[in-house]
Amino acid sequence: MSVPVIELNGVAFAYPDGHQALFGVDLHIHPGERVALLGPNGAGKTTLVLHLNGILRPGLGSVTVSGLPVTDETVGEVRRRVGIVFQDPDDQLFMPTVRDDVAFGPANLGLTGAELDARVETALTVVGMGEFADRPPHHLSFGQRRRVAIATVLAMEPEILVLDEPSSNLDPTSRRELAEILEALPVTVLMVTHDLPYAAQLCERSVVLHDGVIAVDGPTLEVLSDADTMARHRLELPFGFDPTTLPARSKPTQ
Amino acid sequence: MGAAHGHSLHYHGHSVLHRTPVHAKIVGLLAFVSVVVLTPGAYVLAFAAYAIIIAVLVAVSEVPVRYVLRRLWPVVPFVGVALLLPVVATGERVDVGPVSLAVEGLRGGLTLLLKVLLAATSAVLFAATTEPRELVRGLDQLRLPQPLVQILAFMLRYLEVVADEVRRMSIALTSRGFRARSPRHWPVLARTLGALFIRSYERGERVHLAMVSRGYTGRMPMRHTPAAVRDWARVAAVPAAAALALVTAALLPVGRLP
Repeated sequence: MSVPVIELNGVAFAYPDGHQALFGVDLHIHPGERVALLGPNGAGKTTLVLHLNGILRPGLGSVTVSGLPVTDETVGEVRRRVGIVFQDPDDQLFMPTVRDDVAFGPANLGLTGAELDARVETALTVVGMGEFADRPPHHLSFGQRRRVAIATVLAMEPEILVLDEPSSNLDPTSRRELAEILEALPVTVLMVTHDLPYAAQLCERSVVLHDGVIAVDGPTLEVLSDADTMARHRLELPFGFDPTTLPARSKPTQ
Repeated sequence: MGAAHGHSLHYHGHSVLHRTPVHAKIVGLLAFVSVVVLTPGAYVLAFAAYAIIIAVLVAVSEVPVRYVLRRLWPVVPFVGVALLLPVVATGERVDVGPVSLAVEGLRGGLTLLLKVLLAATSAVLFAATTEPRELVRGLDQLRLPQPLVQILAFMLRYLEVVADEVRRMSIALTSRGFRARSPRHWPVLARTLGALFIRSYERGERVHLAMVSRGYTGRMPMRHTPAAVRDWARVAAVPAAAALALVTAALLPVGRLP
């Protein structure tokens, strides 16, 4: 089997105040996979995400990104490979214009001039925000800001895109438009979400994090259809949503 | 967001002044204001020349005169001081109608008034033809220390986000029947302020996290606009004209206050 993009082995982590969030997480994500990370509030999802690009380091266990162990020396390259889109686009978009913001990552990688412009252009086009390059981020709608936030990460050409609650606060149309954009992206995706229909639509595989360990790992529709598992991990489907009637998503071919 | 679009000082346009690279404009503004401030109060002709220079610049910038004048209100306290000086200053006095005024005070007040007005008008014109984010970029290009540039840039970016937060908090307070009527209500306002501070602080941490995730190592990559020789020449013309007026006024024996 191929080298996993993300390989977590026995990752345990406690915050300095003593609160332990992760109790030995094992997770492998292979190139081209689309994985939903589910779990109730406080399960440690955000803590786990911050381990993927070396912002937090495990107290025990190891994190490897495409064969590269996360250390002080490799953390720069790791952050290029793992692109995290945070939940609030206002946290992610801090530069005066959309163009500057999308250029921030690649410029930190040392890109300049025409090469940098091309990266920015491509990333904005992919999310359908090409015309907004010179606008200040705070003059965009929330859905547009979220798309720009994704572009800021895509511009670094990551191997895996990590999305924290991509559908939160979006109106149904923006939510669908974002799904279409994500569907078309040719990258590996890890999506943290409470939006189970979104997970069913976009990810063929789901893992459930509960009490700091991976409690369930399987095809999304199977996970969502298992009433016992769902109840045990405080997961609930929205009213009227029946995963058993959906066709299974196949893994996208790369 | 409607009304919040753009910033209140900036007047959208495409004149030469709008197009001149910002860092060059900053240098020009500083040089011009320095000449104005260093001019001895007696050289009335020089001040007249400065006023003409600014008038020409305003005309070139296509910024409406009323727009510039309305933004001059911060000079009002200085006008007050200038009017007060002749009354409170000591020394030789002249009688103007029923009041007796100090000559030194009159001279000082007039000089202060002229200098403040000229400097403020040129600053307002600069602000009207410069987008705030371009100003940050220009300062970065002039090698202003990084921490200052970044503080400015973040302030600009998050001013509206924080203002929005304040609005939401005040709506939430009002919705639950709160009205700040007496000092008894101040503790609530203080707590609101505290909450706002903590929220902003936490946002700062999240923003930093997002920056580090994209490879931030302490420097903001900013695109600099190169200034051509022509741009520098244009910018230099303004303080040069002012300096010429100053030298002329110094050499000519006419047009001076006694």
